[in-house]
Amino acid sequence: MTTAEANDTIIRVRGLRTQFGSHVVHDGLDLDVRRGEILGVVGGSGTGKSVLLRAITGLDRPAAGRIEAFGTEVLDASAEERARLDDRWGVMFQDGALFSSLTVRENVEVPLRRIPDLSPELRRALAELKISLVGLPYRAGDAYPSELSGGMRKRAGLARALALDPEIVFLDEPTAGLDPIGASAFDALINTLSESLGLTVFLVTHDLDTLYATCDRVAVLAEKRVLVTGTLADMLEVDHPWVQEYFTGPRARLARAADRPNAETEAD
Amino acid sequence: MGTQGLQVERGESGPEEVIGLSGALTVQHLAALHAELEVAPPHALIDLTGVTRIDTAGAWALAEFEQRVSAAGGAVQYRGATEGAELLLSTVRRAMPIAEELPARPGGIHALLETTGRRVMGAAGFLGGLLEYLGLFLAGLFRVMRHPREFRFTSLVAHCDDVGLKAVPIVSLMAFLIGVVLAFQGATQLRQFGAEVFVVDLIAISVLRELGILLTAIIVAGRTASAFTAAIGSMKMRQEIDAMRTLGLDPVTVLFVPRILALLLMLPILGLIADLMGLFGGALMSWIELGISPSMFRTRLVADVDVSNVIVGLVKAPVFAVIIGVVGCHAGMQVKGDAESLGRMTSSAVVTAIFAVIVADALFSIFFAEVGL
Repeated sequence: MTTAEANDTIIRVRGLRTQFGSHVVHDGLDLDVRRGEILGVVGGSGTGKSVLLRAITGLDRPAAGRIEAFGTEVLDASAEERARLDDRWGVMFQDGALFSSLTVRENVEVPLRRIPDLSPELRRALAELKISLVGLPYRAGDAYPSELSGGMRKRAGLARALALDPEIVFLDEPTAGLDPIGASAFDALINTLSESLGLTVFLVTHDLDTLYATCDRVAVLAEKRVLVTGTLADMLEVDHPWVQEYFTGPRARLARAADRPNAETEAD
Repeated sequence: MGTQGLQVERGESGPEEVIGLSGALTVQHLAALHAELEVAPPHALIDLTGVTRIDTAGAWALAEFEQRVSAAGGAVQYRGATEGAELLLSTVRRAMPIAEELPARPGGIHALLETTGRRVMGAAGFLGGLLEYLGLFLAGLFRVMRHPREFRFTSLVAHCDDVGLKAVPIVSLMAFLIGVVLAFQGATQLRQFGAEVFVVDLIAISVLRELGILLTAIIVAGRTASAFTAAIGSMKMRQEIDAMRTLGLDPVTVLFVPRILALLLMLPILGLIADLMGLFGGALMSWIELGISPSMFRTRLVADVDVSNVIVGLVKAPVFAVIIGVVGCHAGMQVKGDAESLGRMTSSAVVTAIFAVIVADALFSIFFAEVGL
């Protein structure tokens, strides 16, 4: 139990196998998530990026394999262990997955209700802080999810995921469907939050700009497993057609060029 | 985490009050921390040396304390804060929400009048919308008559199968049971007067004039109006309707006309089936319960019950069909982008269709009574 905490690997996936009927999505997949990093999970459509996220957070049960989070076996966790895990991670789903019958503030208050002696005023104040932290205006707190734009819903979803100050957040396609300005604002938000809150981020994405702007490490899903993990610079060395195509294609070159000004400051 | 609780020590040191915080400044201990920082001294020095963990909730409590101290003209200083804590504090300080007064909602009689007015206008707009769709359907129907080639015959047949053929079992069973119930109830009442034989008139007239077609229309409203709304609504949600328009296809001709036309053709047939099954159920029950043989039932039926009853019943069918179809298609087109509105419109289509059918039936009754049919 302490070994996982000691070397700062907070999530350890070993030999994961998931399948739907006879369709095998992952087979023998291994992955480590280290404390404090922003890990980008990329892969072609249908390589099971979101399925991996769902397996780690215990939403889908894999056919075989072990998943260890904070030293707890996710698959064999008792109800209490699950509840403790749920406090330590937050998940932001693709479209925010906000409860449509509650306002944004009430949505953020939902996880806070689990804290026993928090008065309604404090709960409200904390929810307002979280809403402001993710860059939403004060008024958005009183709006219902259907009244918000896609980008604002994603931010609200992130605010709810952050409500209990989790140690790791799982973000499923955080910038999908956002315009470039909204997307880079979201990238900046992820960076700021990860830095100032010491947050570990597990980021499923298609967006090369997001990868270059935020990620410390990248895990590439292909051939039913994690083909390779490493920094973005490492990816250029990988001799695999898909990885080559992905990281050296025209879009990747643009994203890399856009990121270069920041690269120097991040290096030291 | 959370194993060490929160400890607070307060002491004076010159003009400043020293507040020593140690342990976990986390959301679990926020209530205690907030209570401890309730009283704001003029100047404060917060010692964070003993803090093992701090999260946004703890940082919020400190930032909020700062706000109160500085509002009173004082200042807060920190000692022993880790780099992470400093960063967190400054992030939270920047993000401290500034409360905005929201425009007050008008209350009392004014609001009541306003909602009433809006509802009335909404209902009027809804009726207008239904009439508009009726007009669209009729216009589409005439267009199709003039250019029969534009019409999708396959689609009409498929909808007829869906709306008509697949509804036959449920409609038959319902009508049969209604006949049985009428015969049974009629028999117990009429027996008191020794007038059992009039049960034939009772069953025939009530089934043929009213119940056969009305209950069929209600079942079809539940089955088909909801199906129309769900089908058209989900197409609207996925922008298929917009795609059709850009491809030069008219949603009225492609979607509404075949559906409503199928209902128009099938509902009279379903009504006729319901009439027959109702009479069959009634005859069967009369035979068992009252000993009225099928041949006697037939004789009385032919002798006493005018064929005008059947006509009065079935003449309503096309009107009901158009009502159900138009309500279903209209509701489908009102669906917005989310699944919630699809569900809401589907159930509202069923309620509206059933209600409208009953209202139309009542109007027919008054009309037939006036003209003496």
